[in-house]
Amino acid sequence: MKAPRSLAIPYAVWVLIFTVVPLALVIGFAFSDTDGKITLENIFAMSDYMAVLFRSILFAIAATVICLVIAFPAAYIISRANAINRSTLVVLLMVPMWINFLLRTYAWMTLLEQNGVINRLLGLIDLGPYQLINNSGAVILGMVYNYLPFMILPLYSVMVKIDQSIIEAAQDLGSNKIRLVRKVLLPLSMPGISTGVIAVFVPSVSTFIISRMLGGGTNDLIGDIIEMQFSGNSYNPHLGSAMALVLMIIVLFMMSLFNQFGSEEDVQL
Amino acid sequence: MKTVSSKVYMYLLYLFLYLPILVLIVFSFNQSKSRANWTGFTLHWYADLFRDERILTSLLNTVIVALAASVLATVLGTMAALGIHSMGKTARGLFMGATYIPVINPEIIMGISLMILFKFFVTRTSFQFGFATLILAHISFDVPYVIYNVLPKLRGMSPNLVEAAQDLGCNPRQAFFKAVIPEIMPGIFSGFLMALTYSVDDFVVSYFTSGTTVETLSVTIESMTRVKVSPKINALSAIIFVVITAILIIKNVIENRRLRRDMALSRVAVREARTRR
Repeated sequence: MKAPRSLAIPYAVWVLIFTVVPLALVIGFAFSDTDGKITLENIFAMSDYMAVLFRSILFAIAATVICLVIAFPAAYIISRANAINRSTLVVLLMVPMWINFLLRTYAWMTLLEQNGVINRLLGLIDLGPYQLINNSGAVILGMVYNYLPFMILPLYSVMVKIDQSIIEAAQDLGSNKIRLVRKVLLPLSMPGISTGVIAVFVPSVSTFIISRMLGGGTNDLIGDIIEMQFSGNSYNPHLGSAMALVLMIIVLFMMSLFNQFGSEEDVQL
Repeated sequence: MKTVSSKVYMYLLYLFLYLPILVLIVFSFNQSKSRANWTGFTLHWYADLFRDERILTSLLNTVIVALAASVLATVLGTMAALGIHSMGKTARGLFMGATYIPVINPEIIMGISLMILFKFFVTRTSFQFGFATLILAHISFDVPYVIYNVLPKLRGMSPNLVEAAQDLGCNPRQAFFKAVIPEIMPGIFSGFLMALTYSVDDFVVSYFTSGTTVETLSVTIESMTRVKVSPKINALSAIIFVVITAILIIKNVIENRRLRRDMALSRVAVREARTRR
């Protein structure tokens, strides 16, 4: 005996009202003006924001690649530790994630400012002050810092399943470290990599707080521009929806590139 | 953790992860309002924090919204998981696809799309932005996590369970509440906890759906970081950090104790097997 399928009806209604209809509204707004007439104006107006769009994608790719490079060895090291160390290391990864990301990003402001902690420490040995904040590097740093655990955790969860004897076999058969990574670890970690890439890229490409707090107004991303259309002085939900639509297309494109490895219900975190 | 280089690597990684939090906490005890000058130890930012009505109100709002949303999402999601579990392949695929949307969709798009929806009703009816819009929005991103936690438990459940309960004299309703629900309870509970965490932590969706009357904690923090920054924020993050670290450490200690016991037990089992041979 199984539970009746009708139990899912309330959820189906919910999805319709709060997921499908809102997304349809975004698409509708993107292709209409304030009088409700159908227009392509908003889409054409996007051409003014190509630089911002390009910057968002570039920053997100940079953050994703840096996260992958940092996370791969870290996840491997954790996955080869004994069970008790392993669980402690994973918990230590998760503690910072439980602290509001606004506070974490705010902490980086304290560290990076002109008279912030890092510049003061450097000043003690007669260095600096350096311009560490309000530039593209600071924004990418903020992305890497906030989303690094999203890369390490899915990588760890596939690597921990790799049998030690497979690694030993590769070494016995004469693999050096580079070949071991390229021929054994990398292919076996692929599902974790694709989950991690999406988990870092999507929030990075759509962020508007990290760029505002660490970018100093000169590194606006597509998220900032969308946010301004909805809550700033330049209230224009039609243009904002067009931008949101473009952002959704970028995300879908990334998904189609990377999601072929992950299974539909395999959600980490 | 075998070689020295891997140890150094991990220490550096955790230093990177914890350094900003450490700085936040240290400056919560700083006398001066400045974020860079250390002028002496004080606790008065903590005292100020508990007198700050705006922060306390938004903290209460966060608790109300997160609890209401995660409880409702748990009910809705558990029902949905039970229904989805009984479906054929096509219908299930459709439902799982729809469930995946809020998980993968950028938060800002979820935020603005719900804002457009709510605004549609606000301009036409007496419906207002506030608790209702926040809770509705939070339920929408919470439900998928409940479904993702409950479904595997349903799949792992023995198909004979319900039959056994009925053989022992349960009617279908009793079998459901006395056999099925307890069996999937761990999944329901972890789904609820996950929903609660996501709700407490959420900023982006709340930012677009809260309107001007009701502020959650993250929305308040954001507007504080925007204008004048007070060490009260540092004090707040120090408290949050200590509470969360304590919870996670306790959880970890309990799990490790269980792990050690299991390891010891299996060692005993191996020894016994050897002596028997």
